[in-house]
Amino acid sequence: MPTITVNQKVFEQLVGKILPMEQLKDRISMLGTDLESIENGEINVEIFPNRPDMLSEQGFARAFSSFIGVKTGLKQYSVKESGCKVIVDPSVTMRPYTACAIVKNLTFDDERIRQIMQIQEKLATTHGRNRKKSAYGIYPLRHITFPISYIAKDPKTIKFRPLGFEAEISAADVPELHPKGKAYQHLTKEWKKFPFLIDAKNNIMCMLPFTNSNDTGKVDIATTEVFVECTGTDLHNVEVALNIITTALADMGGEVYNVEIVYPDKIMITPNLLPKKMKVDSTFINKLLGLSLKEKEMTLLLERMGYGYDNGNVLIPAYRADILHQVDLAEDVAIAYGYENFKETIPNVATIGEEDPLEVFNKKIRGVLIGLQMLEVKNYHLSTKEELLDKMNLKNLKEHTAIPLKNALGEHNHLRQWVIPCLLRVLADNQHHEYPQNLFEIGRVFSPNKKTETGIEENEHLAVALCHEKVDFTEIRQILDTIFSSLALEYTVKETEQNCSCCSCYVGIIDACCCNRIRS
Amino acid sequence: MDNIQSIVAKLHPLERQVLPVLQQHLELSSVATHAKLSEVEVMRALQWLENKEIIKIQSEKRKVVHLEKNGQVYKKDGLPEKRFLKALDESFKGLNVITKKAKLSREEANACVGLLKKKNAVEISQQEGLSVKITEEGKKIQNTQWPEEYFLLHAFPKEYEESKDRTIVDELKRRKDIISVHEEKKVTIILNPLGHELLKEDLSAEVVNRLTPAMLKTGSWKEKTFRAYDVEINVPKIHPGKKHFDNEALEYIKQIWLDLGFKEMTGNYVQSAFWDLDALFVPQDHPAREMQDTFYVEGKAKLPPLWKKVKEVHENGSDTGSTGWRYPFSEEETKQLLLRTHTTVLSAQTLSKLKKEDLPAKFFAVGRVFRNEALDWKHLFEFYQIDGIVVDPNANLKHLKGYLTQFYKKMGYTAVRMRPAHFPYTEPSLEVDVFHPIKKQWIELGGAGIFRPEVVKPLLGFECPVLAWGQGMGRIIGEYWKITDIRDLYKNDVKQLREMKLWLK
Repeated sequence: MPTITVNQKVFEQLVGKILPMEQLKDRISMLGTDLESIENGEINVEIFPNRPDMLSEQGFARAFSSFIGVKTGLKQYSVKESGCKVIVDPSVTMRPYTACAIVKNLTFDDERIRQIMQIQEKLATTHGRNRKKSAYGIYPLRHITFPISYIAKDPKTIKFRPLGFEAEISAADVPELHPKGKAYQHLTKEWKKFPFLIDAKNNIMCMLPFTNSNDTGKVDIATTEVFVECTGTDLHNVEVALNIITTALADMGGEVYNVEIVYPDKIMITPNLLPKKMKVDSTFINKLLGLSLKEKEMTLLLERMGYGYDNGNVLIPAYRADILHQVDLAEDVAIAYGYENFKETIPNVATIGEEDPLEVFNKKIRGVLIGLQMLEVKNYHLSTKEELLDKMNLKNLKEHTAIPLKNALGEHNHLRQWVIPCLLRVLADNQHHEYPQNLFEIGRVFSPNKKTETGIEENEHLAVALCHEKVDFTEIRQILDTIFSSLALEYTVKETEQNCSCCSCYVGIIDACCCNRIRS
Repeated sequence: MDNIQSIVAKLHPLERQVLPVLQQHLELSSVATHAKLSEVEVMRALQWLENKEIIKIQSEKRKVVHLEKNGQVYKKDGLPEKRFLKALDESFKGLNVITKKAKLSREEANACVGLLKKKNAVEISQQEGLSVKITEEGKKIQNTQWPEEYFLLHAFPKEYEESKDRTIVDELKRRKDIISVHEEKKVTIILNPLGHELLKEDLSAEVVNRLTPAMLKTGSWKEKTFRAYDVEINVPKIHPGKKHFDNEALEYIKQIWLDLGFKEMTGNYVQSAFWDLDALFVPQDHPAREMQDTFYVEGKAKLPPLWKKVKEVHENGSDTGSTGWRYPFSEEETKQLLLRTHTTVLSAQTLSKLKKEDLPAKFFAVGRVFRNEALDWKHLFEFYQIDGIVVDPNANLKHLKGYLTQFYKKMGYTAVRMRPAHFPYTEPSLEVDVFHPIKKQWIELGGAGIFRPEVVKPLLGFECPVLAWGQGMGRIIGEYWKITDIRDLYKNDVKQLREMKLWLK
């Protein structure tokens, strides 16, 4: 999950109040952001993926200021007409949506530039799913002539100077040469054409989803007006991203202007910073939280979380991406109420506890074996092919298939199909300890079975290994006898074909009984 | 009974056997020989005697020279090179002739040529094969006693006297199987004044160590002298049968939930992405799903009929009153097989089987979950998680805190704190901290919340608040046994398993 770095001075200015350190730390945690550190005038805080609007210092400070009661309630953002247009060409099928805005009256210094780079980067990682769903660009307005076209072109026909490069290169080389090209070219494997934003004077603004042009797409301290674009595969996602960026820019003092997006079949005006309405059932919220808040109290709590309230409807700010259902509002009411203020209650509800019958059975068997002075061991369910098959002389037996994992990072990359090899390894690892070493394990094993939902059958097995100088078949049979007579079951033993080279005369082994089967 | 008599009464038969021997023999091996006991038995008796301050055991390390296979032959028949030299005269003789005369093997003969050349005792000619004759020097030493020969005359094993023996031992050690030098422990016994006193006592009386059925039957016990028990004696260790310590803790944890009226949930370790993630409303493009921490298994799962309902909820919220995540749900993705990443998968499956008339209902699971991580002191790829759900039309957030507070109280933590958090399947979502009474700080144990309607409605068929939690137990369990390297939980060291203290809660 993303962590953002916030300049404490900027933050306090935005919040409009300076809190003592302990209180600041506590309030940050109780807002629903995970504080990592405050040091050297920087606040490092982890933002949960449901709140991309807090990935900018403006967004984070906005939420915090409201939460501690300084500037509460719905923040209104006005959008002015710009008359500028972006024409979407039907060719951009691979990333069909865009939402754009213009923001004027800004001032930039190095700190501000760091801030807007941070918003774009963190937002693209989380909300934009590493640019797969959406990606964003900010351009000094003075370099751009409208209308802009959003169009897919063969990269071989385009030359431009990517961000950070000294000279123009062919767009076809960007995936290989540019750092962002290398990082995101996996998203474009199927593409023959790439989407570009190109202005009216045929200046290349950016190549998606990689990089802006260094000539038109680099914000510097001389910048006062910017063009903001978000492009992607999901319209809602793109719009929310634009709202998050433009409200952050507005909180820097900017004036927001709209842009007309001309699709082949429709025209959309972005950004739309009007709040959305959601009907709220205060009885439902009170019941879920175990509270009995009056409408007035609930309104105040909603306002602490940046919402407006209007006659049964909650007004949701345009930058909030996470409100899918009124339970999301219920959570925010709870946060504003303070998680620390909920009193623990045990309700007077009678239910009867019940242990799983197989677990009960396993416990009984465990008791019998411990009574026989056996030591219980516990191994991992993942093991190596070498241990499960090769060392057991089972290389060529088809019926002993250990199920492989597709992507294991460590060497343990098979699910065990029996427990015995694990016990043998334990014996091998413990040669320096005193004998007798009589061990057992009750654990799960896995085997292919097409009839199950997953194609894999899981069973609980008991495995026993006796290891000392005088061990013989009698002793291992005695253990089997004891188990079965404890269960009042008759049983017979038959020889199998299995030939395990490792079963020397010093190690007695049982892996015959599958607990599930015995039980039934 | 005076002091000496009381000591005599408590003597173990082994001590009674060993003590008289100490009159004449004070070295372990000879004590063993004369007491007709094994060295181990003698050592046990000696240790008991030392504990009672009857004797003092002194052990020192020393080096001992042993005579090996060839050394024994040479001691009897003479050194091969000496025999070789004696077979020579002043004219060159072929090696075959000499070998035969000196009754040596060809290999020995070859070695002899080198050895004697070094002593300047022979002259070698390469004409017509290898031939050898004796020199003046050779004649001089032909009939004297060499230091090697003198050394072999000793009785072996012989104590290694470094200053005297070093040169000769080094030389003989270089040759095959003549001698070897070992470090040995020499144990000698010193009798304390109490020991001398005891030796004056008659220890030969037959004392009885245990009562036998025969003694009872015949009544012979009436005439016997019984050995008095020495209650302070150390006894040899025995190894008990024992439950794995981790299971002790897990059983305790299970018992808490059972006592609180929860039913146990169990289920498969291999699950579909459908049950593990999609049924819990985790969007298929959620960043956590892209992370490489899930183990995937080859194959595709069969989906239950309700998968279509879940798909609809992801895409547009269906009838849950939600907007859904608004993306096209992939059937391929949901069929993927994986090792369960949390026991919350069992909560989802339990909900799908519940009926309205079963409510209110409470369930818990204590089970293994898997994370695709390389093993190190902080990370295991398999560990335990607890999960719980309360399905109750009247459940609320305060109850959630109530249940968790009860549970952690029984685990030894005095207070529980909730902090806002985010999980895709709960709303409100919260992080659960417990107050550590010794460290005096809050520690983070895992997540909890109330399942979203998008989770509950497709599975249960109707809306109902479901309190839910899922928490790791490794940290708490490890801490109880002061385990700092988490791998030690499942290292299966037999000594550790035998000696681990019980879960005393």
